[in-house]
Amino acid sequence: MAFIEFNNACVDFPIYNASGRSLKKRLIQVATGGQLGANDQGRVIVRALENLTFTLRDGDRVGLLGHNGAGKSTLLRLLSGVYAPSSGTAKISGETGSLIDISLGIDPEATGRENIFVRGILLGMKKSEIASKLDEIIEFSELGEFIDMPVRTYSSGMHLRLAFAVSTTVRPQILIMDEWLSVGDEGFKHKAEARMTELVKATNILVIASHSRDLVMHTCNRVIWLEHGKIRMDSDPETVTSAYFGH
Amino acid sequence: MRHSTINVALTDIAAAAKRYSLVGMLGWQDVRQRYRRSAIGPFWLAISMSVMIGTIGIVFGQIFNSPIKEFLPFLAVGIILWSFISTTVTEGCTSLIAAEGIIKQLPIPLFVHVLRTLWRNILILGHNIVIFPLVLLAVQKPIGVEAFLSIPGFVLLTLNLAWVSLILSVLCARYRDLTQIIASVLQIAFYLTPIMWLPSLLPQRSSSYLLDLNPFYHLMQIVRAPLLSQDISALSWYVSGGMAVLGWSLAIIFYGYYKRRIAYWL
Repeated sequence: MAFIEFNNACVDFPIYNASGRSLKKRLIQVATGGQLGANDQGRVIVRALENLTFTLRDGDRVGLLGHNGAGKSTLLRLLSGVYAPSSGTAKISGETGSLIDISLGIDPEATGRENIFVRGILLGMKKSEIASKLDEIIEFSELGEFIDMPVRTYSSGMHLRLAFAVSTTVRPQILIMDEWLSVGDEGFKHKAEARMTELVKATNILVIASHSRDLVMHTCNRVIWLEHGKIRMDSDPETVTSAYFGH
Repeated sequence: MRHSTINVALTDIAAAAKRYSLVGMLGWQDVRQRYRRSAIGPFWLAISMSVMIGTIGIVFGQIFNSPIKEFLPFLAVGIILWSFISTTVTEGCTSLIAAEGIIKQLPIPLFVHVLRTLWRNILILGHNIVIFPLVLLAVQKPIGVEAFLSIPGFVLLTLNLAWVSLILSVLCARYRDLTQIIASVLQIAFYLTPIMWLPSLLPQRSSSYLLDLNPFYHLMQIVRAPLLSQDISALSWYVSGGMAVLGWSLAIIFYGYYKRRIAYWL
């Protein structure tokens, strides 16, 4: 069972300019009794998310809509447990899996096979678990003998197929995505699509940020519209998409 | 409040310990990545280090007029250990900054990144330590069973380096130029600690300052002395053990207090 409960969660980013980050400046500020700090202090705080309150339960397929800079990525990071809210609470129970950057951790100098382990372990799988799924992953990626070649020799398509094949073997309870993953040529796309559908079906809660109306209408049963870090609308897909995209 | 702070830190550290296979793999990957496509890999470090030990050994052996049989093994362990200590601390400073990509994407316990740096340096130390038996062989100095005492010594040294790295990695994520300060401090410590010079050369009075009050001396001593068939003074054990306990207590409170802010600083 997975469960997410946000209560007035805010995210404030402190922006340290070059001087704010320097210990020297800090010491001088202290030494000069803060006078120098008065016009220098101006620590800028960017409020990325403001007073978010919502609850997600099993079966929720949530689409996040919003313009660039509305706070979608920040919210995804909050949901995946990377950030802790700077005020308010964000209770997340259940294993989260993030498919935001599926190439993260891939070492171009290592072989495809080694990278399957690297990527798998990063995503929280056990070595034995990966070993048992190794053949399936290799087959799915269609890399054939290239699997024992360094990844730097791969074409970008092969690279993505490998990353996709490993990343989609995990079955997290809460799945977090930034746009739908789609990789490869026509043939592979179908396979990938089927895999994604299966993955989404297996997960308890899905949160996906998107700019696509079709995607949201197809996969989601609830849509949250973020604007300037606040929830503008939180309702069923039809209502929100027609308000967001017009008609 | 205090209670939950400690909890935050302990939960993260325990979770990191559970992900030992991740730590092990990332550490290995770092070492391999540095030396991929080079035929002898990390042993390049060992080679350049042995050249340095040989050169310093000859020059300073002459200057200090120390017998080579005593000086060279002392210098070899000293330099090998010091390079382990100083790289662990300087790389410890940047361990969180360097892992920014992972930290901002995946909810992996942050202490994993500190352990990764530590493990990477232990692996490199494992390569460098092969110089030592070669030096012993060259100067025909025997090694006794008491050398095994350096194992608990090494564990204690590592425990100390772990809390230092943890605190520094958090501080350096916030104040970026601290890394440079730490590097200079370590440089000074290198000269103040008996690594290139034998402690017996010190006049009686200054030895109490440069040795007894120098934490690096005690940390070196608990690993180095048994390898050179010398006794470890009780003081070195007490100081190292005390630092580990105090340091870890401080590190846990400090880490628990700032852990949730770290991702924002990167």
